[in-house]
Amino acid sequence: MPAKKTKILNEIKLSFPSLSENERFSRLAVSGFASQLDPQVDEISDIKTAVSEAVTNSIVHAYKNEIGKIELVARIYEDNVIYIKIKDHGCGIPDIKKAMEPLFTTSPEEERAGLGFAVMESFMDKLKVLSKEGKGTSVILTKKLKTKLD
Amino acid sequence: MGLKIYDEVEEKSKLTAYISGEIDHHSAKSIRKEIDINVEKLKPTDLYLDFSKVDFMDSSGIGLVMGRYKLQSERGGKVFIQNPPPLIKKVMLVAGINKLAKIVNIDVPLSEMQKAKESVKNCDNTEGQPDVVSVDVHKNDADKNNTSENSSEEVEGNAGKENKNTK
Repeated sequence: MPAKKTKILNEIKLSFPSLSENERFSRLAVSGFASQLDPQVDEISDIKTAVSEAVTNSIVHAYKNEIGKIELVARIYEDNVIYIKIKDHGCGIPDIKKAMEPLFTTSPEEERAGLGFAVMESFMDKLKVLSKEGKGTSVILTKKLKTKLD
Repeated sequence: MGLKIYDEVEEKSKLTAYISGEIDHHSAKSIRKEIDINVEKLKPTDLYLDFSKVDFMDSSGIGLVMGRYKLQSERGGKVFIQNPPPLIKKVMLVAGINKLAKIVNIDVPLSEMQKAKESVKNCDNTEGQPDVVSVDVHKNDADKNNTSENSSEEVEGNAGKENKNTK
């Protein structure tokens, strides 16, 4: 949603290992950062859910048999837009289109529902996935929050 | 706190798992394990998963329901989703999990919840009757998101949105 020249009002950067304990940490960190926009309860819940999905993907899929670094950038743009980028340097996604299909999962034995991207897509305004096999994946989520005046 | 399960033997066998806290990939494993141990022992026809005390859930919760549905189906049993708060229900509806497990809103008498809690406490003394378990699940008290008023119409609106921007 942020047009190329939209002003960044605030930005945080986090880096953490792909431990499943950090799923909770990362969504709470973003939730805390977003709170300055005075979001509604359901908006915060949407953001937390989407972040949790993206970070879980990096932990479960990108760094399947290893612990790697996950980098998270969150920004607040003018016009009440929140931007979150979750980047890993894991195995990458060979076929993004396929990966985004609802119910498609490469880990059914782990009871992954295959709905991560579907949830991110419906809970945020925009979802962008960039990936290169062997290099890693970046997931960019944006959402415009309602202002109190709306 | 955690997961409380108790058995209710009436005309049909019913097992209710009271899940509390946050369900994500990290916590789902232990919740799944505790439910399955008890389901394996008691083999209930109806498995009720109570979400009323769940304050966060991502698609790992959907995986949890799907997995239990699969196991119950193999034995001819059913799974029900009991009392999900609005924001939890929203995730479920986006996933369409209600097609596999019916969402029911049931008034749980306080006495029954109490019974479940008591059983957790008495777990050590009841030999051969471990039909109650307790699991530590993340719980964030500062984060009570259950109060928002989300209608399912809103959810459908969101789910129908087309915002694909893939590269």
